[in-house]
Amino acid sequence: MMANFFSRISRRSFLDYFLGGGAAALAGSVLFPVLKYIMPPAIPQAVQNDVVAGKVGELAPNSGKVFRFGNKPGILVRTPEGDYRAFSAVCTHLQCTVQYRDDFKHIWCACHNGHFDLTGRNLEGPPPRPLEEYRVEIRGEDIFAIRQT
Amino acid sequence: MSTTVAKSSFWRERFPIDAVAHFFAKKTVPMHRHTIWYYLGGMTLFFFLIQVGTGVLLLLYYRPTAEAAFESVQFIMTKVRFGWLIRSLHSWSANLMVAAAMIHMFSVFFMKSYRKPREITWVSGVLLFFLALAFGFTGYLLPWNTLAYFATKVGTEIASVVPIVGHDLLLFLRGGEEVTGATLTRLFGFHVAVLPMLTTALLGLHLLLVQVQGMSVPPQAEAQAAQRKPMPFFPYFLMRDLVGWLVALGVLAALAALFPWELGEKADPFASAPPGIKPEWYFLFMFQTLKYIPAKILFMDGEVLGILAFGLVGVFWLLVPFLDRRPEAGGRTRWFTVFGWVAIAFIAVMSLIAYVVPQTF
Repeated sequence: MMANFFSRISRRSFLDYFLGGGAAALAGSVLFPVLKYIMPPAIPQAVQNDVVAGKVGELAPNSGKVFRFGNKPGILVRTPEGDYRAFSAVCTHLQCTVQYRDDFKHIWCACHNGHFDLTGRNLEGPPPRPLEEYRVEIRGEDIFAIRQT
Repeated sequence: MSTTVAKSSFWRERFPIDAVAHFFAKKTVPMHRHTIWYYLGGMTLFFFLIQVGTGVLLLLYYRPTAEAAFESVQFIMTKVRFGWLIRSLHSWSANLMVAAAMIHMFSVFFMKSYRKPREITWVSGVLLFFLALAFGFTGYLLPWNTLAYFATKVGTEIASVVPIVGHDLLLFLRGGEEVTGATLTRLFGFHVAVLPMLTTALLGLHLLLVQVQGMSVPPQAEAQAAQRKPMPFFPYFLMRDLVGWLVALGVLAALAALFPWELGEKADPFASAPPGIKPEWYFLFMFQTLKYIPAKILFMDGEVLGILAFGLVGVFWLLVPFLDRRPEAGGRTRWFTVFGWVAIAFIAVMSLIAYVVPQTF
């Protein structure tokens, strides 16, 4: 049995497989940690579901401002009628930060000319989806933006 | 040249310098009506050398963190003597290098210089061009200004469109989910260590192949080249090369001195993208195309389709020598020439629109 096995694989090709396999294992054991090292570790973020987006009286009707929502920008809009609306300010196209344009009376992204109406709906241009909308709550002087779950 | 080599026996004993000198002494350049295009490769190399020199100088003062990057570039521009000049040279030369590489690449394409046995020269050249774009992209973020911030955000987001590995690619480029100081440090590492290493290796291969294979004569100029005597590279062609480099240096110095590269505003991750934002000219045609692609094409996001199409064209461009087999047999391939002109027209028209059409719609 054994003799049969050894006679089928020559010493030369055995050594070739042995060396090739060893080299592959070595390359793999070097590359694996390097690849894992290159990928950044996930940094835990405190999940924030509400944030003070602004103060009452800070925004005139027909204007908007960008605020921090965790590590992403949000946008607080005061409509020409005086209502407050809050959205994620991250454009759904390629993640630029949008802005309120008082001349259009709606939200606009400067990077690739994307337009959103005052409900966050994508009106025109390349954005494929509406902006994420936040619930707005006024408590005393503070205007809160609250993530809808 | 050869006489000085012959006299110095020191080097002859240690290095086959006679053989190298002999090779270069015999090197010739074919003469025909397209000979002028032979200067563009050397011109690209010249701008690359400027990039290496000025880049090393910038490294002495530049600090690659989100807190200090903008201020360190400001320091270079305002406090370091001739700092403004070194930075302007680096920025301008980068643009001129991409331009020279582009002209070089298209001239090689139209002259069908990629045909057998020069396939690897073409592939290494296209990869070098992609590396030049990668240098442009990674270097753009380093001053940490508003334009750079959003350009990097969009650029890295584009990488996430790649099927299956897209999100990992985005994490790899950004060093996290968002564009932050981690991204800056990472792209700095690519810009000054990884890309130069890859470029040096590929450039070595590219130049070696050009030396070994000699200059390709375009099929349309073969008859003319056969009638005219080739020009010895030493010293005649080299002298002409040097004149070209001197003119290039003059143009570069004038641009850098008259139009110092602006720094702009420090990046604020919580500010809106400014109106009129657009990338460097060599990415402009892709940027403009992305604006026109509708949000949805059938069931796919339009931008995904657009970006994948650009990726496929890039792969096609890389593989041109293996797809266009006709010129080897002496045949003419109209289709590839037509493709080249269509590509140029597309790039030109899209770029022009991006410049001419006002950005605030």
